Amino acid sequence: MNSYTDDHLDGNAAAGELSNFFAVDVTAAEGMCSQCGGVKPFAQALLYVGGPGLVARCADCENVLLRLVRAQHRVLLDLRGMAYLSVDVG
Amino acid sequence: MAGTTLYRRPVVWRVGTVVALLDETPSAKTITLDVPDWPGHLAGQHVDVRLTAPDGYSAVRSYSIASAANADNRIELTVERLTDGEVSPYLTQELRVSDLLELRGPIGGWFVWRAEQTEPVQLVAGGSGIVPLMAMIRSRAAAQSTAPFRLLYSVREPDAVFYRDELKSLSVDHSVSVAYVYTRAIPKNWPRPASRIDAALIADTTWPVNLSPTCYVCGPTSFVETATGLLIAAGIGAGTIKTERFGPTGDRK
Repeated sequence: MNSYTDDHLDGNAAAGELSNFFAVDVTAAEGMCSQCGGVKPFAQALLYVGGPGLVARCADCENVLLRLVRAQHRVLLDLRGMAYLSVDVG
Repeated sequence: MAGTTLYRRPVVWRVGTVVALLDETPSAKTITLDVPDWPGHLAGQHVDVRLTAPDGYSAVRSYSIASAANADNRIELTVERLTDGEVSPYLTQELRVSDLLELRGPIGGWFVWRAEQTEPVQLVAGGSGIVPLMAMIRSRAAAQSTAPFRLLYSVREPDAVFYRDELKSLSVDHSVSVAYVYTRAIPKNWPRPASRIDAALIADTTWPVNLSPTCYVCGPTSFVETATGLLIAAGIGAGTIKTERFGPTGDRK
């Protein structure tokens, strides 16, 4: 077991907080990483929760896909690393 | 359309009432909640639980739903107590029947099993990662699905097995085959020493690659990484493996 593998969760664990922004489920949404161009379900992103907010990174290249920070009564979402998100609307 | 329903369903905070508490293991409790406006859920989804202290400090943690997909107002969560946790000690030791609990959900549309799925399913659980996989097993039965299911359940010791009797009855009637691997202590006369999952165990207990199973892997992050690596090494396509990780960092499950 490598210790580094224990320091992250995955995109599933961010879905509750992200529901503050999205009316759709984001875990099944496919996102394109702005750095490597990889397209994956957001559920597969690496999620770091140890800091003051949430940081999601691309599972392929570790580029920061998004950051989410709660401060007082506001939640700030930085989506800089996500070239696009695509959702299945049935 | 199912997709449309999920797409339009808002995730909102609700208040549930504790209607039953069951000691699942010495350190885990199953909490049954009555949630009057519960919209129904899919097997594999989770909820966020929010505890708020009198001074306004609040903590939110995610817990998988253990009960079958349904549209009635009852859901079950199984929560493992983490000794240094902020939320799980309260849920497993302080919570009483008729208490109210704030929860947000159901959450997640990717790590889910739907009754329409007919392909073989391989479930791989590490510790309390069994919880959402149990929801899939229960949903399969509730929907009278005949999708072939196998479960590989890695657990510390016999006393730490969740849903023991229910899993045993599944093996007896052959509806779901269950294989255990014990990592720290084994039952009496168990043929395999305490060990972690490895390639041989994957080969012996999981669906062959040519059946194209969909795999659901849930557990602590290091377990999920190991199990997923072993499945891929056995020839399973990465695109057919769905994973959900939890760990002390998130006090998850």
